[in-house]
Amino acid sequence: MDLGLSEQQEMLSRAAREFLEAECPTTLVRELEDSDGGYSPELWRKMADLGWLGQAFPGQYGGSDGTLIDQVALFEEIGRAILPSPILTSTVLCGQTILYGGNEDQKAALLPLISRGDTIVTLALAEADAGFDGGDISVMATADGGDYVINGTKLFVPYAHVADYLLCVARTSGADSLFLIDSKTAGVNITLLHSVAKYKQHEVALQNVRVPRTNMVGQLDQGRGPLGKAVDWATVVQCGEIVGRCQKVLDLVVDYSKVRVQFGRPIGSFQAVLHQCADLRVAVDGARLVTYQAAWKLVEGRPCSEDIAMAKAFAGSASRQATAVGHGIFAGIAFTVEHDMQLYMMRSKIQEANLGDSDFHLDNLGGYMGFPT
Amino acid sequence: MNFELTEEQKKFRSDIRSFLEEEVPPEHQAVFGVESEEDYRFGRSIQRKLADNGWLTIGWPTEYGGGPKGPIEQSIFSEAMGYGRVPRTGTTALNIVGPAVMYFGTPEQKEKYLPPIARAEAEYCQGFSEPNAGSDLGSLEFRAVRDGDENVLNGSKMFTSWAFRAQYIYLLARTDPDAPKHRGISLFIADVKTPGISFRPLPYINGSMAAQTYFDDARIPSSALIGEENRGWYHAMATLDFERSGLERYASVQRTFDDFVELCKTTKYNGKLLSENPIARHKLAKIKVGMEIWRLLCWKVAWMQSTGAVPNAEASVAFLHGTVQRLEFTQTAMEILGLYGTLMHDPKWSLMRGAIEGIHRESMHLHGAGTTEIHRNIIAQRGLGLPR
Repeated sequence: MDLGLSEQQEMLSRAAREFLEAECPTTLVRELEDSDGGYSPELWRKMADLGWLGQAFPGQYGGSDGTLIDQVALFEEIGRAILPSPILTSTVLCGQTILYGGNEDQKAALLPLISRGDTIVTLALAEADAGFDGGDISVMATADGGDYVINGTKLFVPYAHVADYLLCVARTSGADSLFLIDSKTAGVNITLLHSVAKYKQHEVALQNVRVPRTNMVGQLDQGRGPLGKAVDWATVVQCGEIVGRCQKVLDLVVDYSKVRVQFGRPIGSFQAVLHQCADLRVAVDGARLVTYQAAWKLVEGRPCSEDIAMAKAFAGSASRQATAVGHGIFAGIAFTVEHDMQLYMMRSKIQEANLGDSDFHLDNLGGYMGFPT
Repeated sequence: MNFELTEEQKKFRSDIRSFLEEEVPPEHQAVFGVESEEDYRFGRSIQRKLADNGWLTIGWPTEYGGGPKGPIEQSIFSEAMGYGRVPRTGTTALNIVGPAVMYFGTPEQKEKYLPPIARAEAEYCQGFSEPNAGSDLGSLEFRAVRDGDENVLNGSKMFTSWAFRAQYIYLLARTDPDAPKHRGISLFIADVKTPGISFRPLPYINGSMAAQTYFDDARIPSSALIGEENRGWYHAMATLDFERSGLERYASVQRTFDDFVELCKTTKYNGKLLSENPIARHKLAKIKVGMEIWRLLCWKVAWMQSTGAVPNAEASVAFLHGTVQRLEFTQTAMEILGLYGTLMHDPKWSLMRGAIEGIHRESMHLHGAGTTEIHRNIIAQRGLGLPR
C-alpha cells in the first residue's frame, strides 16, 4: 500500500505549481475572460513544450507515456490555478477517444498534433435534450456515397470557436457514431453561449455538413465504446481539477483567517470559522483519496465504474462546500468582482456539471449497488 | 501509488476473516456493543484464541509478544474485527495501556502488566474524564499526593466504561497543583480493589454499563506511577497515537450498512421493495460514498503510520468524518424504516434484530476520543495552522 504520489509525480506537481503560479496568475485568468479566445495561445505553446498536451499519449504519438494518476496530479495544479484552456476537451476527452477508438492513421495523424498544441479538437456531445448524463442523440449522420452528411445542433461545446476539429457524436443507422468534423467545413455554425466565468462554450449548428467516411472514429454505430472509456478517464481527471481548486480555496480561506482581525483577534481563532475550515479539509482530503483510488483502479485495469461515480459525486459535494465556506468566510469582500473568490465559485459550476453532476453519479451508483431503476 | 495490500497481507486478511467467520457466528456478533455478561465472556474467549494464534497483539513490537508486522497488519486486524462484529473487550488495555507501559514503563512494570494484556486476561478501564474536566481534560482536579512509598488518590472520574469488568484503572491525576496545568499531571495504574475506590453505576444509552468512580483516600504503591512524574499528560497523548486508524469502528458500521442495503433490496413495504423508492436509493448511494470516504481516510492514517509518519490532524480528519457519517447513516436508515425503526429486539416484528435502532443509539456517541468540536479544533489548529 502506498497512498502517496511517487517522487517523480511530486516533482511534476511542484514544477507545474511553480510554472502556473508564474505564468497563470488570476490577473491572467481575468484577462482571458475578456479575450475572444478564452485561452492564451502563448501559454498553450508552453504547456505543449512541457509535455502536458500529450501527457498520457504513448511516446510513438508524441506523448509522454503518462498514466491517469500523473494526469490527475497535473490537473490538481491546473484546477488550483483555474487555468483557462481547452486541455480537458482536446487532450483528455478527444485525445483519449481517438486513442481508444481511432485507427492507426487517425492516431498517427492527430495525436502528435494535439500533443504539440498545433491542433485543438473538442467534443461535441451534448444537445438540447441529451448530454453526458443520458438522453437520445438527435444529430443525424446520413451516409451519402463516400461521405456522411450531418445535421442537427450541439450544445455546450467548449472552445468550439478555436477548435480545428469537432469530435461529433451523431446518430447513424441504429446507434451513435463518432465523426471528426473540420470546423471550417461549410454548414458548421458556431455561436458563443453567454456563460458563467465567460466560459467559452458554444452552440454548434450543423447544416448538411459533409465529412468523408474516413473521418469516422471507431466503428459504425459503435462510437459509444471508445467515447465511454474516454469519458470515464476524463471524469477522473475532472475530479482532480476540482480537488485542486477546492484545496486552493481552503488555502486562501485559511491564510485570510490568520490575518483578518475582527473583535481584536484573527477571525481564524473563532471556532465558527475554524470549524468550517476543518470540515472543508475533511472534504478535500476525502475527495482527493477517492479520486486517486478511481485513477489507480483504472490504471490497473480493475472494475472502477463505482469508484468513478463515487469520486465525481463526492468531488461535486466538496466543491459546493468549498464555495459555501469560501464565500461565507471571505464574506463581503468576496461579493465584489475584484476579489478572486468569485473566480473559483463561477468555475465550480462548470466543473460540477461537466461529465455528470453528483446526482447523476449517485443515481448510477444506486444502479451499481443493485437497486432497480 | 498503490491502494492494494501485498499478497502476504491479503493472505493474512483472508486468514483472519475466515477465522472470525467461523468463530463468531451471527448470534454472537455484537451489532452495537457488548451488552450482556454472556457477550462479554464470549468476546474474551475469542480474544484468547486470537492471542493463541499470535494475532491479538500483531501490532505490538516483537519483544513484547507482538508479530513482526506493522501498522498495516494491525489495521487489517482491526478492520476484520469490526466487520466480523466481534464483541469488543480489552481494547483500552491493548491499544492504550499496553503501548504506554511499553514506551514509558520500567522493566518490572512491563513484566507485570504486559503479559496478561497480551493473553487477553487483563481488563482495564480508563480514568481520564472528570465531572469538571471533559473536553478541557488538562484542567483535571483529581489529586494524587505522595506519602512515603504510596500515592494517596482523591477525586472522581466520569464515564468509566468497563468499570465493572476491569481489574485496573488507568488514570491521570494531578501531582503538582502549582505547575502549569499540563505539566503537573501523572499517569497511574490502580487496582480497582484498592480500598477507597467505589463505583456508581452509570448506564449508557447503548446498553452498556459504565460508572462514575470515586476515590476516597485510596492508597496505591508508588510503583504504579507510569513514566515520569508530572509528564503524564504528554505520555498519555503520545500513546494515543498507537492505534489511530479507527478501522474497527468504520468496519462495524460498514457491516451494518451492507446488511441494511441488502434488507432494502429484499423487504417490501406498501407492495414495493424499499430499494424501489427513488429517494431511498439516492440517499443510500450517498451514504455509500460517505462510507467509502471514511474507509479511505482511515487507511490513509494506517498507511502514514506504516511509513513512520505520525498522523495527527489526519487521524482527527478520519475520526470526525466517521462520527458524522455514522450518524448520517443511522438517521437515514431510521427514516427509511419508519415505525419499524422504533422496534428494538422484538422477536416477531423487528428487522435485522433491531440493529438499526441499536446503532442509531450508538451513533449518539459523538464524543469518543474527543468531541467533534475538539477534532475540528485539532484539524484547524494543528493541521491548518489556524491560531488558538
